[in-house]
Amino acid sequence: MKQEFKIISDLINENSHVLDVGCGDGILMEYLVKEKKVNIRGIEISKTKVQNCIAKGLTIIEGNAEEDLKQFPDKSFDYVVLSQTLQAFLNPEKVINELLRIGKQAIVTIPNFGYWKIRLHLLLKGTMPVTRTLPNEWYNTPNIHLCTIKDFVYFSKDKNFKLSKSIALRSNQLSYIKDGNLNLKNLSSNLGIFLIER
Amino acid sequence: MNTKDNIKTLVIEKPLKLDCGQTINNFPLAYETYGSLNKDKDNAILVFHALTGDQFVTGTNPVTKKDGWWSYAVGPNKSIDTNKYFVICANVIGGCMGSFGPSHKNPETQKIYGTDFPVITINDMVNAQINLLDFFGIKKLFSVVGGSMGGMQVLQFISNFPDKSKTVIPIACTSSHSAQNIAFNELGRQAIAADHNWKEGKYTLQNTVPDKGLAVARMAAHITYLSKKGLQEKFGRKLQERDDLKFGFDADFQIESYLRYQGSVFVDRFDANSYLYITRAMDYFDLVKQNNGNLSNAFKNTKAKFFVISFTSDWLYPTQENKDIVIALNAIGANVGFVEIKSDKGHDSFLLDVPDFLKALKNFLDKSYLEE
Repeated sequence: MKQEFKIISDLINENSHVLDVGCGDGILMEYLVKEKKVNIRGIEISKTKVQNCIAKGLTIIEGNAEEDLKQFPDKSFDYVVLSQTLQAFLNPEKVINELLRIGKQAIVTIPNFGYWKIRLHLLLKGTMPVTRTLPNEWYNTPNIHLCTIKDFVYFSKDKNFKLSKSIALRSNQLSYIKDGNLNLKNLSSNLGIFLIER
Repeated sequence: MNTKDNIKTLVIEKPLKLDCGQTINNFPLAYETYGSLNKDKDNAILVFHALTGDQFVTGTNPVTKKDGWWSYAVGPNKSIDTNKYFVICANVIGGCMGSFGPSHKNPETQKIYGTDFPVITINDMVNAQINLLDFFGIKKLFSVVGGSMGGMQVLQFISNFPDKSKTVIPIACTSSHSAQNIAFNELGRQAIAADHNWKEGKYTLQNTVPDKGLAVARMAAHITYLSKKGLQEKFGRKLQERDDLKFGFDADFQIESYLRYQGSVFVDRFDANSYLYITRAMDYFDLVKQNNGNLSNAFKNTKAKFFVISFTSDWLYPTQENKDIVIALNAIGANVGFVEIKSDKGHDSFLLDVPDFLKALKNFLDKSYLEE
């Protein structure tokens, strides 16, 4: 199991009501059902992945998060999870607002574009960075709104979102992001995990 | 419609008050079953048929001698696996495969009803079919499934009987019949009425059959079940058994010949008055209005697990209309899954060999059956 999913699971209470936005093949959903006995729904845009979720017996809605979140009532989930998908939206701010409307809390994870390897790649090679978490070329990447951990923290402050937990991940090492270590974590981590509420 | 010996019929004694105000009782409901009911009686699936379907879901239809209308989806090891599940399907009231319909005699006058038959609704259809549960001693169905008008019955069923099914699968349908669909149905009805053999619905008394009108109705409807792309790929401008255009009004094109054939075989198995009544029932279907404008209210009392399925090329019951059902269910936090299947086969996709659809249906049923 990906370390990221273990951390997400640790943020979630047992038996809670969860929506996984962009749930892919439902790996996280299955894990949360097993670990936390959650009542979970997924939204996924890829028809193939939707089929895979159905084959696993997961409740899945084929749809586009940028359009289809509006059907859910306010605070209808305890948690809304968005794992490494925020950067792919046309309007990430609108999506975050929707997550916080339909969920009491949102868990958002972002691939950190401020990670030193990415910075070094751009500095030395002068081409758009291609890494394990961001494997696409600039011309075919779905990731059109990449940001750094620092960007996300500033964005949350700016929009008055409360970051209840801010976790940085480097390889499989977990640490907490605080005001005092933001520059360091922004440089040393490849993934940021945030528990957000309004 | 002569070989009716193979038709199983349940006589419903309990009075049924129809939406039109009339009450019927002691009326026949023709049904068929596949597979066997298990000891716990928890493996029953009630399948609802579409406009021109009947109770003969799979295997060979004993009346038409053709494959059952849902042979791709229902049968041993198929999506609706009759090795596992007990499948029940009834001919809708208003139909012409043994259930109470306009070709039946009015017990009071001993005359065939024709258009004196009461106008029935989707609500009336499911209220008649709920009697099958008592008949088989089933407290709760495992699933209610149907496409097109069958899907409308699925929605109406769970709205009327919220605790009578564990899962609910409306396919390629709508919660409220659209103006376009009412228009197509009206076209069909007018084609029948324009046939001078229709005789205001009293054709049986005069030993005539409005087969030309019914065939035209079927031809028009058949176009709506396909897609432009599907038609183009299958027929294009191919000519029918000729090398060049004949400069006349014979069927020059294969598509013309195909439609004429579809019309001609349809009249052998379907009753024109039933076509009027059933299309009317579809037109009257408006679950939104039934719930004072809020579709969610139709489902607020059920804990059933829903799975809504639509098809990309279905322009008769397009994805958005199916999604409206999903939206109404999500609005009340119901357990609902949704998938739009990619297919060029139009509205008819649910009846055909569309592997992604058949796979999704099977997976949903088999996984849900294992859940507590």
